[in-house]
Amino acid sequence: MKSYNFAFFDEGSKREIRRATLKAIALPGYQVPFASREMPIARGWGTGGLQLTLSLVGKDDKIKVIDQGADESVNAVNIKKLIKNTTDVEETEFTEEATLIQSRHRIPEIELREDQILVLQVPIPEPLREIEPSEYITKRLHADKEYSGIWLMLFERIMKHGSMATGADHPVLVNNRYVMAPSPIPRFDNHKLNNSKALILLGAGREKKIYAVPPYTEVQSLAFEDYPFEVENMDDKVCRLCGARGVFMDELIDEETKEKYYQCNDVSYCLQRLNNEIAN
Amino acid sequence: MYDKEQPILTIKNLRKQFGKGCTICRDLDDKNIQKNFCPVCQTVYACRDVSFELYPAEILGVVGESGSGKSTLMKCLYFDQDVTSGEAYIQGYKNGNANIFAETSQQKKYIRNHLFGMVYQNPYLGLRMNFSSVGNIAEKLIGAGSRNVGFMTGRAQELLGNVNIPIYRMKEAPKNFSGGMQQRVQIAKALSNNPPILLLDEVTTGLDLSVQANVLDLIKKIQRDLKISMLVVSHDLSVIRMLADRTIVMLNGKIIEQGLTDQILEDPQHPYTQQLVHSLL
Repeated sequence: MKSYNFAFFDEGSKREIRRATLKAIALPGYQVPFASREMPIARGWGTGGLQLTLSLVGKDDKIKVIDQGADESVNAVNIKKLIKNTTDVEETEFTEEATLIQSRHRIPEIELREDQILVLQVPIPEPLREIEPSEYITKRLHADKEYSGIWLMLFERIMKHGSMATGADHPVLVNNRYVMAPSPIPRFDNHKLNNSKALILLGAGREKKIYAVPPYTEVQSLAFEDYPFEVENMDDKVCRLCGARGVFMDELIDEETKEKYYQCNDVSYCLQRLNNEIAN
Repeated sequence: MYDKEQPILTIKNLRKQFGKGCTICRDLDDKNIQKNFCPVCQTVYACRDVSFELYPAEILGVVGESGSGKSTLMKCLYFDQDVTSGEAYIQGYKNGNANIFAETSQQKKYIRNHLFGMVYQNPYLGLRMNFSSVGNIAEKLIGAGSRNVGFMTGRAQELLGNVNIPIYRMKEAPKNFSGGMQQRVQIAKALSNNPPILLLDEVTTGLDLSVQANVLDLIKKIQRDLKISMLVVSHDLSVIRMLADRTIVMLNGKIIEQGLTDQILEDPQHPYTQQLVHSLL
């Protein structure tokens, strides 16, 4: 891969993405349009996150890529390979070691630090899209801070299901200004966005948008007065492998016994606990 | 709450044109009332210097033929369309000193959600057809700042009950309702924040006679009980005769005659109004 530039992109492309990123950081939660590049992976497979990562990665970085909590899924491995082949930076599976973490659908269980950057892959960055198909109108609604439509969506879910019933991507209010789609992270992870020490960047390649939650920014999950925001209850669930409690779990069925069991969704966290690298 | 001697809504010289206009039609505009369309530059002058006052607890009818500018007037008032020029003042909003057309979009949103209720001729414009009826009413309450599901559900049920929507259908989407029911849901939605002004744009058009009568009775009852000021647009003179205290007649974007409804219908002065009244079946 030596015929490629460092980190795949030409310098002009990196600069353009960095400029959009800086604007996104200056306006927490605001979706900044950018010229999403053609990538060697298909749109919808994390090109937004990958472009952010490639525009930010430096020679001294240590990179970690997560796909729904797993470091070894096909998508994560392919993204890691591309970054590795075009930069030769170090890879890691351990959250504490990584300086740049690209993730799909999860925020790691271990609290991130100020010197880390989390890049989230986003399929649909526009929280108003479900009720308003026009980009022109959603831009105006954001400008006017007119978020009745999102509240109405949540209200309708309560009418239908008795609860807000957002499995993932529960909308959040960033810095008391913009309502933002936090990418399809489970509700369990929403509170990790609030006052995060690490910079969180969100990239949508297909939709050509970048947005950000800068460190120590207030992020509130939308909730009604009499229907407070609730996360998935993991208190009574125990990881079958490492015995962890209070972390986000995958629910699995034992093929032979047909019994339900739970396992940490964050594989590297589970592994570290099994190796006694994290206090039990 | 409102001073009955003072108008609750004052419109001054409201103009709405579609197109930039040219030297020819600008000259024609004021002199030639026969035309509101420029054949040279294709500009349509939908409303031309419309001025009137609406008083508290009054029903003001607006009549005119298709294309006379009635619905455009309503859309301008409800900020669905921007006016070309003109002023409007509401008693009770910034002491009646603020021209609402010159307000920011956020202030306009406030006015829409707190001071106006709107019932469109086409329910598809006023309702979200795939959301529940309760949700449609909650939308207006959410827009006005409510974040309490219990309150919004209770208020929606009360209002839908008042407009005779059966309780077991309240969570149903309006797309499954008949035209009359959709209009009644729209009326309930428009009333949700107790607005002082209700805008009704051809609410009975397209409904059969018995449903028309129900909707008109409902509007009458609402006005009697809640003392809301209403601006009722219709091309149907019998609707105006039944509802309106005063009436203005529009032609080609201009008001050509206004006065008490009985006076307009019994003793019309303008030739067009005479023609309109005499053309009643």
